Amino acid sequence: MVQWLAENVFQYIAFMILPFLESWTWMPWYTIALLHVAGVILGVISVLAMFLIWLERKVSAHIQDRLGPMRVGGWHGWAQSIADGIKLLLKEDIIPAMADRPVFIVAPFIAFAVAFMSFIVLPFSQHIIVADLNIGVLYVYGLSTITVIAIIIAGWASNNKWSLLGAVRSAAQLVSYEIPVGLSILAGIVMAGSLSTVEISMQQSGGVWNWFIWRCGPFSVIAAILLYIGALAETNRTPFDLAEAESELVSGYHTEYSGFRFSLFFLAEYTNMFIASALVVILFLGGFTGLVPISFVPDVLAGPFWFLLKTLLLVFVMMWIRWTLPRLRVDQLMTTCWKYLIPIALVNLGIIGLWTSISG
Amino acid sequence: MFDGYYNAFWFLLIGLAFVAMNLFISSLIRPSDPNPVKLTPYECGEESEGTGFVRFNPRFYVIALVFLIFDIETVFIFPWAVVLKGAGAHVLIHMMIFLSILAVGLVYSWGKGDLDWIKQPTQW
Repeated sequence: MVQWLAENVFQYIAFMILPFLESWTWMPWYTIALLHVAGVILGVISVLAMFLIWLERKVSAHIQDRLGPMRVGGWHGWAQSIADGIKLLLKEDIIPAMADRPVFIVAPFIAFAVAFMSFIVLPFSQHIIVADLNIGVLYVYGLSTITVIAIIIAGWASNNKWSLLGAVRSAAQLVSYEIPVGLSILAGIVMAGSLSTVEISMQQSGGVWNWFIWRCGPFSVIAAILLYIGALAETNRTPFDLAEAESELVSGYHTEYSGFRFSLFFLAEYTNMFIASALVVILFLGGFTGLVPISFVPDVLAGPFWFLLKTLLLVFVMMWIRWTLPRLRVDQLMTTCWKYLIPIALVNLGIIGLWTSISG
Repeated sequence: MFDGYYNAFWFLLIGLAFVAMNLFISSLIRPSDPNPVKLTPYECGEESEGTGFVRFNPRFYVIALVFLIFDIETVFIFPWAVVLKGAGAHVLIHMMIFLSILAVGLVYSWGKGDLDWIKQPTQW
């Protein structure tokens, strides 16, 4: 009897019911692995954004000769961002009366999803990358343009004149600065000969003298600086932050957002800062390769260390610039882009193309 | 599988799911107390008049048009940039001709006043 049970019922369970109890076996193993990686990267982004917000407050405070958050969590207020995040989760979600509800709700989804999707091509080391797309850089460039949609629809759906004006101004700014950014990215690609981020970083391996930023003399330095300035404008940072200028359009396109929806725009902004800095690091500053080739440290540790160090340094410089320079007026902003940066970027691309094809 | 875009697709889904999950959690723990004053659009404390859908200056449209041209130009330069290394001089010269044609376009729109934020009287 027991033997019959053992042979039949348990077999029945094993074959028919267990697959549904282990409910993920309908998904292939690589999807499950990918979901784990995505979860890890979500965690990384959240912690990174919180850390960068805290860092911004500390940096701005020290530049202004004050201290910034000091109490929450004990040592220099490190838990301030966590407290702010929880506070925003607890805030009431006010959607204005005549606002376009579905569009209003969708806007932060797009802004965050796009920033999150750009993370798959960032190389933390030669093999630590979620997806080494062979058009990696073009993928990131294309995704950064989708952010404009999120901003326009956020401003439009808010039923607020100033949000709409802030949104279209911001869209005009973002869209204009896409071009010097694209031309500078192209200058980096010309020097590399490939669009894959891992490939570009590997070509700069072996030491700081191999980095692309000095490969074509002063012209690649100009390209790197143009990319950085364009990145500042793309992420709506001062001196280009007219769209969210606190003293002007209140908060521009995200005035009417409250609670977690607002914090999504914030998360997206800081993630975009990280991605833009990472792009500059990959294209011009060597990606995950080190200053000097150290052979005794395994690549798995050295790669992320150098990559994060360089990227976070550039993010810190973005914050430094924000609290040092005054804001540009909107017509100065547009003039800078169309009449100065684009001609310089075009000529620069030509010269770098010439230099690369001569020096091979 | 799918050369890495499979990962991109799942990241899109996870990004959307993350946002949705957080908004759901937030909806469980936040208060909901709408009153008419809270729901009016923010105008620095004044009473708002009219709808939020104001008309804005067509210069935004002009900027978008000029951007479109230069963005398509940038897209065309991408394949060239990838194959330039190791290719001959004729490759370079072709692209220089392309870039100069587009630079002429930039100079034209500059001269016509399309790139000015404030409209000047037309010079040409």
